[in-house]
Amino acid sequence: MTTSTMYNVERLLHTGPGGPTDPGLADHVARHGPVVIPSSDDPAWADVLRAEVAASGLAGRGGGGFPAAAKWDAVLRSHRRPVVVVNAMEGEPASAKDRALLAWSPHLVLDGAELVAALAGARSVVVCVADDRDDSARATQRAIVERQRAGSARELSVRRPPARYVTGEESALVSWLEREDARPVLRIDKSVPLQVGRRPVLLHNAETLAQVALIARHGAAWFRQLGAEDAPGSTLVTVSGAVRTPGVVEVELGTPVDEIVLRCGPTGPMAGYLVGGYGGAWLAPELAGTPLAPTPLARAGATLGVGIVVALPVTSCGIAETARITRWMAGESAGQCGPCVYGLPAIAGDLEDLAAGRADAGVLGRIDDRCRTVFGRGACRHPDGVARMVRSALSVFAADAAAHAAGRACPGRHQASVMSFPAAPALTGGES
Amino acid sequence: MSTRTPVRLRLRLRVDPVACDGYGFCAELLPERITLDEWGYPVIDGNPVGPELVELATRAAAECPRRAIHLERVAGDR
Repeated sequence: MTTSTMYNVERLLHTGPGGPTDPGLADHVARHGPVVIPSSDDPAWADVLRAEVAASGLAGRGGGGFPAAAKWDAVLRSHRRPVVVVNAMEGEPASAKDRALLAWSPHLVLDGAELVAALAGARSVVVCVADDRDDSARATQRAIVERQRAGSARELSVRRPPARYVTGEESALVSWLEREDARPVLRIDKSVPLQVGRRPVLLHNAETLAQVALIARHGAAWFRQLGAEDAPGSTLVTVSGAVRTPGVVEVELGTPVDEIVLRCGPTGPMAGYLVGGYGGAWLAPELAGTPLAPTPLARAGATLGVGIVVALPVTSCGIAETARITRWMAGESAGQCGPCVYGLPAIAGDLEDLAAGRADAGVLGRIDDRCRTVFGRGACRHPDGVARMVRSALSVFAADAAAHAAGRACPGRHQASVMSFPAAPALTGGES
Repeated sequence: MSTRTPVRLRLRLRVDPVACDGYGFCAELLPERITLDEWGYPVIDGNPVGPELVELATRAAAECPRRAIHLERVAGDR
């Protein structure tokens, strides 16, 4: 996927007449100004930053939407020096925002990581970049070397976990760092921090940390100048599908979905919009004016996820695309939990039969039942996301689904997919 | 929370989906609370395990070959 160079909000990413600016440290400081990062524990400073980030209302940008500052409490309570983990895995195939950040503003991400490290007393920062993203890893490494020359007080490193959808899941990522087994771990009590080398882990998405770096400079009130009361700030959105300039745009939270797509040059009328990611939900064209923010999206049955919008043209078959996504997601299961291992392929098969007009009369009810059956029954939320996405498809593309269930195959199913599906390499480590 | 009510501890079943291999013994022992989905994996109804079912629930947990069924004490009304 190419990254476009059009933005109207330019807090995180910048474009000049010649395209994005130099990602080096000097240009970074010239643009954003310096930021104070204490080299040793400074409780008074830490309290100020924590209060400021809490007041900003910054929510995590990795999909969970958990308040960033609240994440620090459990780790601080443990009174042990944590390890800061930067999650730049970006396993969602339709997302490119973390790549864009590391390519153009790596120092903003690393500022955020070092600020959180200083706040929590961490001495090391580990940036996780998937093993198929050499460009991002190089850009991060270059930035780290610059910071070390400039006298960074912390140990900064890049790790390369396997490029799989589930590897970006928090517990799977930490499990890989700890024992090279990139599979989610069942967590009964999520207030107990995950650990690496007996240290509690403080894990944030790359964009979340870039936002922390801005809040540390400009304050909570500045951050809240954009967005809504319950969804403040800007966010990065990756737009793809039937648009002339697919790529990453920075928008104010609450910008209507169709306005975001309009900025990327829609090629014609749309059949629907996939919002949030492959574990997100479809949005009907009538609801395209829904503001991109958690509350209005939830009302429309969707989710912000990691800031993804895929525009599906009316020439495509939403059911066929949903079948492709589901088949791919079934292949991305970590293979640990029965309902996910057997349920997702079964749902994918139903959808493939439906799109081809060869399904039996009970197929729609069966898909719905199977989605309900797999929901909430995995160690992680992988089956839940697929179930939500599939059920939203049956609702948004209800007329198509009914026609296909009656035996009329979709002519649009032969259209090339507007989705991207990276090949799935094998998971490393552990017996299945 | 001005009125102090004693915390009620109830028993509830939980399955560890990673450990579970779908042997299905649990559903045979305790069909009142555990059914199997179409792939043979247990679906646990979230209702508390009353005194009349404690013995069977304990057996369902103990006889799982994968030790995937847990009978846990939880606080609260549900």
